[in-house]
Amino acid sequence: MKAPLLSVKDLRVEFITRRGPLTALDGISFDLAPGEILGVVGESGAGKSLTGLAIIGLLDPPGRIAGGEIRLNGERIDNLAPEAMRKIRGRRIGMIFQDPLTSLNPLLRIGDQLVETILTHTSLTPKAARARAISLLTEVGIPAPEKRIDGYPHEFSGGMRQRVVIALALCAEPALVIADEPTTALDVSVQAQIIAVLKRLAREHHAAVILITHDMGVIAETADRVAVMYAGRIAEIGRVEEVVRDPLHPYAKGLMAAIPTLEGRAARLAQIPGAMPRLSAIPPGCAFNPRCPNVFDRCRIERPPPLPIGTRRAACWLYDRGEVTPPARETVS
Amino acid sequence: MIAFIIRRLFASIGVLIAVGLIAFLLFRYVGDPVNQMVGIETPESERVALRQQLGLNDPAIVQALRFLGHAARLDFGISYQFKQPVSELIGARMPATLELAFVASILSLLAGIPMGVYTALHRKSALAKLFEALSLVGISLPTFLIGILLIYLFAVTLGWLPSFGRGDVVHIGSWWTTGLLTASGLKSIIMPAITLALFQMTLIMRLVRAEMLEVLRADYIRFARARGLSERKVHFRHALKNTLVPVITVVGLQLGSIVAFSIITETVFSWPGMGQLFLQSVQNVDIPIMAAYLLFIAFLFVVINLVVDLLYAAVDPRLRVAIHGA
Repeated sequence: MKAPLLSVKDLRVEFITRRGPLTALDGISFDLAPGEILGVVGESGAGKSLTGLAIIGLLDPPGRIAGGEIRLNGERIDNLAPEAMRKIRGRRIGMIFQDPLTSLNPLLRIGDQLVETILTHTSLTPKAARARAISLLTEVGIPAPEKRIDGYPHEFSGGMRQRVVIALALCAEPALVIADEPTTALDVSVQAQIIAVLKRLAREHHAAVILITHDMGVIAETADRVAVMYAGRIAEIGRVEEVVRDPLHPYAKGLMAAIPTLEGRAARLAQIPGAMPRLSAIPPGCAFNPRCPNVFDRCRIERPPPLPIGTRRAACWLYDRGEVTPPARETVS
Repeated sequence: MIAFIIRRLFASIGVLIAVGLIAFLLFRYVGDPVNQMVGIETPESERVALRQQLGLNDPAIVQALRFLGHAARLDFGISYQFKQPVSELIGARMPATLELAFVASILSLLAGIPMGVYTALHRKSALAKLFEALSLVGISLPTFLIGILLIYLFAVTLGWLPSFGRGDVVHIGSWWTTGLLTASGLKSIIMPAITLALFQMTLIMRLVRAEMLEVLRADYIRFARARGLSERKVHFRHALKNTLVPVITVVGLQLGSIVAFSIITETVFSWPGMGQLFLQSVQNVDIPIMAAYLLFIAFLFVVINLVVDLLYAAVDPRLRVAIHGA
């Protein structure tokens, strides 16, 4: 495969609390190829957003990267000085947040916010930056951009604002865009449009996307690969068709079974009994073991590493077929 | 926008008429104006004549309208104690008070906003902690004590600054006088302005700090960082501007309070302003001055409120819509 654009290895994020560090992300490893779309799914609190924030270097204290490494085009970016990391943000990694209503500064015209971002990352003249801002607004599908560029955020609808946010994230042609639940706060009817815009622009601008969501439908339609997260760990990662059709990890199985289908005649949707553990009470062994229908002794003692199965990896002892060799640390794409 | 201003002007006139009626009640029914004007040995016949001459026998409604009519022409009658027109007395002292209030406000803004921003951005630094400790002192020490301490230090011990008065003044136009153009005037205003500004400054600092901390948690600040904007831009272009609406409110109302209630500071520094005049008029039951002062302060607050509303619109485009559409 091509050299990965982004390579995350054994990433661990901790929150320093009075009672000692809480591990919020543990052993997160994945590679992302240029132009690839990786979906990240999981319940609230599984660490999806934290993964995104850790990559772009915006963890709020007391959260911090406590271990592992993040490489962008082979260069380590998890230990950069704040100023060097700032230069990467927006220019090489863009990020889109959940709520377009609050992502834009209400006091500044959207044109000003676009132009300041473009001027930060390019050597364009203000006039050329404005022209570029208008063309970006055209690209994300804002009608009459020459006029709308002088509007304030409150003059735009939620969907239109998220288009503006996408334009802002793409200002400097970043190679990677992290979209943190970009459609959760939007009307269902608008969600599909925004995902379509995001997907189209990522393709046109050759940007890889990490799409964080809890909407499996969006993932199935949009992503190339998907990572299923649980309690700060990746339960399963692999090609979308495989993971959706035939999930390996019991948690992923439960998640897929809980998706309503039109054909399904079941009176009740499947559900996974219990709730995800709090960060302070993650059980030893596999984090999913108290809820797992296939649990056996080993799960309660030993933590399963990501085991390669075909093109996938699943962190589950069910797939450790007694091989003596330690599980490969290699990433699979 | 114009419609908004006109509507607000009408509302303001309503407020002023209401305050004017209260001033009239004060003027007419707190004590007997005739008794205030004449001596004890004045014969009853003269009193009756004066009463008739002043129109005090007319129906109350006629008197009220006459009072308002005169007030609209800035005619508030003759001061009982000074035997001079009230408007002249107030007019002569207004520049001193307004100048003091203006300088104190500028001072408190220039110091308070940067200190608030600094303490919000560098919460853990020693300087921020010092500022916060100082702000506690500023907010809890009474004005007269600060004034007296300043006088003791800079006027008595060091002899750098005058302890009272306004220094030399320069006339501008027909009635405005300013001390800001002479060396002694500038020297004289330093201590009273600091005394008056200290409380405002701590108030502004604490307000800016609290607002700034709130705004820095906002999504658009995180998004601004995610776009790679410099910290300076994030802090001053994106965050500070969003803290300004509450700051404008407080500063505006505080400016009104400074003008209206700088009485203590003016007394401590023998500042020849309206506060002193008002204090004297209270001591001597000089009702015309009190009534006029009441109206003046009402007028001041009405104007400040209007300016504050317009500034809101200048800062926040969302309020512009409300003002256009209202």
